[in-house]
Amino acid sequence: MANIPGYRLPLAGTQPEYLHPAYRSSIKRAPTRPLILAPHTLSEVTGPVFGDDTVHPGDGDLTRQHGGEPLGERIFVSGRVLDENSRPVRNALIEIWQANAAGRYRHKSDTHNAPLDPNFTGYGRVMTDDLGRYQFTTVKPGAYPWGNHYNAWRPQHIHLSLFGAGILERLVTQMYFPGDPLLDDDPIYNSVADEKARRRLIARFDWETTVPMEGLGYSFDVVLRGREVTPFERGER
Amino acid sequence: MSLRATASQTVGPFFSIGLEPMFAPVVAGPEIPGEHVTIRGRVLDGDGAPVPDAVIETWQADAEGRYPNPGEPRSAAAPHGFQGFGRTPTDEQGQFTLSTIKPGRAPGPDGSPQAPHLVVLIFMRGLLRHLLTRMYFPEETSNEDDVILRLVPPERRATLIARAARDEDSVLLWDIHLQGEDETVFFEA
Repeated sequence: MANIPGYRLPLAGTQPEYLHPAYRSSIKRAPTRPLILAPHTLSEVTGPVFGDDTVHPGDGDLTRQHGGEPLGERIFVSGRVLDENSRPVRNALIEIWQANAAGRYRHKSDTHNAPLDPNFTGYGRVMTDDLGRYQFTTVKPGAYPWGNHYNAWRPQHIHLSLFGAGILERLVTQMYFPGDPLLDDDPIYNSVADEKARRRLIARFDWETTVPMEGLGYSFDVVLRGREVTPFERGER
Repeated sequence: MSLRATASQTVGPFFSIGLEPMFAPVVAGPEIPGEHVTIRGRVLDGDGAPVPDAVIETWQADAEGRYPNPGEPRSAAAPHGFQGFGRTPTDEQGQFTLSTIKPGRAPGPDGSPQAPHLVVLIFMRGLLRHLLTRMYFPEETSNEDDVILRLVPPERRATLIARAARDEDSVLLWDIHLQGEDETVFFEA
């Protein structure tokens, strides 16, 4: 078998460095030896395939998982998942988790003294359609305090975990909200050196998906790594 | 037109809310053909302290070295329902456990077969991007010729090769050291 086209490496600054001292937890957990650059084999360009039965109707509505509606500002999040070659990624699985509107996670390690909401778990999953589109309904998560530095607060964010076609497309990221005053001082958000790449983590307020009398729409596109284009695909013979 | 991949951000301390519903500590049940093994290890930080809030993901071929993915050139999805994907968290002692089969030899560059291996991704609070590594199998002569393993300086290769547990059958031990003398080899790929 001939060598297969691998994934493009990230452009400098568009992905965080492992060691980012302002984010204290990275200090004892980031690798200290240089990473070893490896070619991509069939092991890297393939990845798990999740069938249509992975996601059930309703998994994408985080506001309807209990007897009543969660408190907070209802929002509609939608967007597309593309690869670096601008192609839609279909059947991409997206796992979603977040704090409730008061800034509290339903997790035993979360000790923030904000209330839990009996009507909110903060978990959902969706899969992209043939055009790479996804959407989910939730409430806007609250900001919450953490111990990184004095008076540290995380900006409002939603965690997104994505699978593309190959295991090297795997991405876990966080979606932020426009105009959040906490972004400037957040070491996790600011771990992305390239300003444009950093700003792409902020969703866009979207009138198109804002529903009258129901809730605001936010648009957030995600780009997964793309493979080098082969001569054949470029139209060369 | 080319775009740039979205920046990675840490899974944070509360990832289990989002990732636990798809935890998959059993990659291959008894119905899957192959040599069944249990892989057990610990994740240790720069102080040698156990990491109790990591999650490990694995991707591997079946016993014939075929991936259950449309990109696999030699067959369609394996008929026995093998998914190839594992996901397991560490516990309070930083320990993780995975039940699977030893994969066959998947093709490498220029068609030369690779040694049996798992592709391993590691996520945790403190990691702004996940780590990428591989786990190889003990007493496997093909390790000598593996294209990827040969890129690793000889004195560090042992960090990627599991060892057989002395007193338990079919148990492989493989610790992940994030830093320190025995720092595991991680890849940029």
